[in-house]
Amino acid sequence: MDLEIQGRVVDLVDKYGAENIIVLIGGAEAEAAGLAAETVTAGDPTYAGPLAGVPLGLRVYHVVEPEFKDSVDEQVYEDQISMMEMVLDVDEIISEVSTMRNEFGQFNE
Amino acid sequence: MNYSVIKGSSYVLINAPDMIIHNGTTQTTEKLLNPESEYLKSLPDHIRSFDEVINYLPNQIYIGNHKPEELKNLEQPWLDKKTLDGSRDGRFGEIMPQDEFIGLIKIVDVFDLVKLTKEFTKDVNEKLSIHPLIKEDTVARLKEGEELIDIKNLIEKNGAEGLFHNGELVGCIKRAHDIDENLTAHVLFENLVSKASGVLSALHLIDKYDINPEEIDYVIECSEEACGDMNQRGGGNFAKAIAEFAGLANATGSDIRAFCAAPAHAIVQGASLVQAGTFKNVMIVSGGSTAKLGMNGKDHVKKGIPILEDVIGGFAMLISENDGINPILRTDIVGRHTVGTGSSPQGVISSLVTEPLDRNGLKITDIDKYSVEMQNPDITKPAGAGDVPTSNYKMIAALGVKRGELERSQLNDFIQNHGMEGWAPTQGHIPSGIPYIGFGREDILDGNINRIMIVGKGSLFLGRMTNLFDGISIVIEKNPGITKEEKSVSEEEVRLLVAEAMRDFASHLLKD
Repeated sequence: MDLEIQGRVVDLVDKYGAENIIVLIGGAEAEAAGLAAETVTAGDPTYAGPLAGVPLGLRVYHVVEPEFKDSVDEQVYEDQISMMEMVLDVDEIISEVSTMRNEFGQFNE
Repeated sequence: MNYSVIKGSSYVLINAPDMIIHNGTTQTTEKLLNPESEYLKSLPDHIRSFDEVINYLPNQIYIGNHKPEELKNLEQPWLDKKTLDGSRDGRFGEIMPQDEFIGLIKIVDVFDLVKLTKEFTKDVNEKLSIHPLIKEDTVARLKEGEELIDIKNLIEKNGAEGLFHNGELVGCIKRAHDIDENLTAHVLFENLVSKASGVLSALHLIDKYDINPEEIDYVIECSEEACGDMNQRGGGNFAKAIAEFAGLANATGSDIRAFCAAPAHAIVQGASLVQAGTFKNVMIVSGGSTAKLGMNGKDHVKKGIPILEDVIGGFAMLISENDGINPILRTDIVGRHTVGTGSSPQGVISSLVTEPLDRNGLKITDIDKYSVEMQNPDITKPAGAGDVPTSNYKMIAALGVKRGELERSQLNDFIQNHGMEGWAPTQGHIPSGIPYIGFGREDILDGNINRIMIVGKGSLFLGRMTNLFDGISIVIEKNPGITKEEKSVSEEEVRLLVAEAMRDFASHLLKD
């Protein structure tokens, strides 16, 4: 996750509180999505950005995960995301992101 | 409709090993932040020789010596599979070595900003003198050269930027103003690289297709640099600067910027200008960028492979009046990513691909080949960006499935038949739609295919002026031949009308 985005995550957490934030990922690659999820839960694994050593434990989901899919308008999802479900390696993405969330998330219901 | 045609296209690469180290932003940033980093130390061991660059199949495809379909049956990665018959001379252009290119930068500099050492000048003079496209009077612009000490002084005391070859300082580019940020040596370096590689592309276009440069009326330049000064940072214009050196005495021109989508925008505009009759021959041209050299270098070094972003890319094409032979540019099958399209991939692909097809009663499968973002996966995969062209084809196919034009089981067949492997260097605008135009034109002329779609996409948000994405597409089609029908029918009609009027007149006379 680029350093500027990490900085924005820190700012938003300071302003609204970690418990009030959900991070949504739209990345196409499972590995990159997993890294983004790791960054906002366990901290920046590259130790380069503002989130290095900062385990925020935020709620984080990829848009192809059922938790997100089931909570948004079906038609909007169909129009905007369903095509990408066919293109992406959805199982791999879910596995990467949910692993990070389950392991390092601090707000998992 | 009297469409315009594609008369030809040229493609050049410049191998720039020292510029990776000194001018690629990944490396310059690292030097600033971590000057002692392991990456910078191991970088020189990962730089390919000119021979390796020449014998790399994707590069030979880019300049037209091998065909894109050869990559289909070649297992990835391709970097360890030498072509053996690699040549610097290509059917569409060439792969120029760095020393000659530095000479060319000096040649195209009209403000005496580029200084080369005497020794290097002599060496390059000999090499460029036998270059088939660089004329004697042009080579003379290299002059005698300077003393190394004077060049060092300009770098140390006057903000000049060094020019290196084989690890040695061989010259510099001076700043053109003492405080104007837009005329610093760094900016001028990038702009002169873009201009020189654009000029080389234009010269190859003229040469390869036997074009009379004086018949070109207008030039649209579509690179990713900006030239100007503190009062007009992107004032322009590269187009006319390139035209001047390519001998286009009767042309003027302008620059189009749209990030990586600029070449596709340029094609649509060039085609429209010719079709409207405003100009007869429009050249589209673009040089490349040094900033992107070694852009994914850290990942390449980490994975133990060579730095594959070691070439600067350029291209040119000529759009002319309909000759009844060359493929036509269907300005009525143009797709646009509009402000209202949104940023979801589904919206993007619909606006660029299916919307224009729907308007013309065509299906996704009616396009024989799609030329999308043709980045070489050897470069992008180790950097975690996946196989970019394949992702594009998957999206087009998936949209086809959603629309009921394809069965889900046909998804892979569609990618195989309507897609291609990527072979273009990651120079932003260079891989974006245009790499296939040379082969596509030939494939259509040979009767192998009828219709291709060029899809250009651009990440406008990088400029921080909008969050929007951008893209534009156009279909290129087999020329049905010039039909005189419209004209002869109307002449016939006129004759009939005149005859009728005469009869009327005569009958009136008789009545009188």
